[in-house]
Amino acid sequence: MTAILLRRLMQSFLILLGVTLITFCLSFMMPADPVRMIAGKSATPETVASIRKELGLDKPLAIQYIRYVTRLAHLDLGRSYKQKTQVSELIKSRLPATLLLMAGAIFFEIIIGIPAGILAATRRGKVWDNVIMTISFAGVSMPQFVLGLLLLYVFAYLLGWFPLGGYGTWQHLFLPALTLGISGGGWYSRMVRSSMVDVLCRDYIRTARAKGLSEFKTVMVHALRNAILPIIAMIGLDVGIFMAGAVVVESVFGWPGIGQMAWQAIQMVDIPVIMGVTLVAAIGIIVGNLLADLIMPFADPKMRVE
Amino acid sequence: MGFAYTYSGKPVILSEKGFMAYAVNYFLKKKLALAGMVIMLAFSFSAVFAPVLTPYEPDTQFFDGLTLEGSPLPPNAKFRLGTDLLGRDLLTRLLYGARTSLVIGIVANGIALLIGAVFGIVAGYVRGAVGAFIMRFTDLMMAFPALLLAIALAAIFQPSLWIVALVIACVNWVQVARVIYSQTLALADSEYIEAVRSIGASWPRILFVHILPHLWPTLLVFGTLGIATTVLLEATLSFLGVGVRPPTPSWGGIIYESQSYFLDAPWLVFFPGMAIMVLSLSFNLVGDALRDALDPMRRGRNG
Repeated sequence: MTAILLRRLMQSFLILLGVTLITFCLSFMMPADPVRMIAGKSATPETVASIRKELGLDKPLAIQYIRYVTRLAHLDLGRSYKQKTQVSELIKSRLPATLLLMAGAIFFEIIIGIPAGILAATRRGKVWDNVIMTISFAGVSMPQFVLGLLLLYVFAYLLGWFPLGGYGTWQHLFLPALTLGISGGGWYSRMVRSSMVDVLCRDYIRTARAKGLSEFKTVMVHALRNAILPIIAMIGLDVGIFMAGAVVVESVFGWPGIGQMAWQAIQMVDIPVIMGVTLVAAIGIIVGNLLADLIMPFADPKMRVE
Repeated sequence: MGFAYTYSGKPVILSEKGFMAYAVNYFLKKKLALAGMVIMLAFSFSAVFAPVLTPYEPDTQFFDGLTLEGSPLPPNAKFRLGTDLLGRDLLTRLLYGARTSLVIGIVANGIALLIGAVFGIVAGYVRGAVGAFIMRFTDLMMAFPALLLAIALAAIFQPSLWIVALVIACVNWVQVARVIYSQTLALADSEYIEAVRSIGASWPRILFVHILPHLWPTLLVFGTLGIATTVLLEATLSFLGVGVRPPTPSWGGIIYESQSYFLDAPWLVFFPGMAIMVLSLSFNLVGDALRDALDPMRRGRNG
């Protein structure tokens, strides 16, 4: 177990290094010259040259990359070109909103996806199964921004139950989290259904039924315990994906999370912020996967033996 | 009697009737998939025959397309789905927008399939250092936030229709490569390949005659399901303002342009939004049924 964990950690580290290489390359492909963007249009060539030197952008690429990685090792993500603050500070200030939205989204994914999946699996091939699976497909086929805007229109504008966007109370959180929950819940329900259908065919379920256990108990206690396992891996993946911030949903609802910041940074070609967010997102994805791997043995006793 | 490797990589003996006959037969039994197929054809039809289906041009700004105060018109007799902020006919723009979605969907997904298949087959069949490098690279891509990468790439290259397709392909090939890799790996290790090799078949022959045919079902499934993802990604990029440039009509772009006005003109979000969802849904339904049809192991579980 420890050996496997160490190997996974090592792999994750290498992947992270690869990610820094890619973000570094991307930043040099950006159409705008960062020095020009800082200096402004009226800057003299001397000013431009001195800023370039100050930022270390006159050195060869390999040196710049090594300096970049060394600074990263000291948790220094650089300074935003636009806002003159540390990128790590900017990300820290956005993190609570992103984590809150993540928690809300995963909550909705679970309470929508798992019951729907169980219902469909226990009524396999019947009307309910087809109805639920079609709705879940519609949910995953719906672009998040359309779903978000429609929910805003109906529940915030027409009915006035929720604010039209922003951040602060649970009412602000509800609609963006629901939007993410509906699209993610579609995948969850399909996953639960297929693993539930698998589990319900097993011998121990037949035994449970044969000894006279009620169908409800058979499904909810005996089958669900096994059928839920793939969902843990899926939540781990989701943690990673949401770390990048839900760019689309955050921009629709004006949610001040990491995704919105990334989006603004890309529009303003604020390269350190873009690199920082991408890195944080990649760390999120790697950590999310690791977490799922770590939790699995607790949920699935079979894995503890191996 | 045929023999195939399925989506999940398990070998299956096929019936006398043959693989395709069975698949088609099964497919027809699935009404939802058929509905998806009809929708797909309807959208393709409207994309191809857009000029015939609507009397207007997508770029014409009608003088009577706006109210006296200059706001867009709701659906009415002349403009069936209303007009947009510039007084253009929404239905016309939607019909032409179907071209953008479908062209990008098919081209981007085609490129992603090609890259994914080549990488997957090379990594699974050639193996060695090249294979290891390719697979580590896909690991890396998996850790990369896909949407952020697509946005960044689209922002770097001032996007045209083809650039957007390329950007999407750059993000979407990874899944294909991983699945094709694991299937190729399993196939290359199987006994019949060993037999073929022992009678002295050349490697191109082994690859194209003995391995590739078993990968077609998977590629077909990805070819359909992938278009659903691609359509969504294109719409999302356009919605964020880094997709196909105006005035080319794109469904996501229509919503992007009218976002600030949507409380007063909800039809400008509703109709293009439904178009995106229905098109993506149709590819999902067809792809899902194809996967069941081509993978007999799944058939019993979903029927």
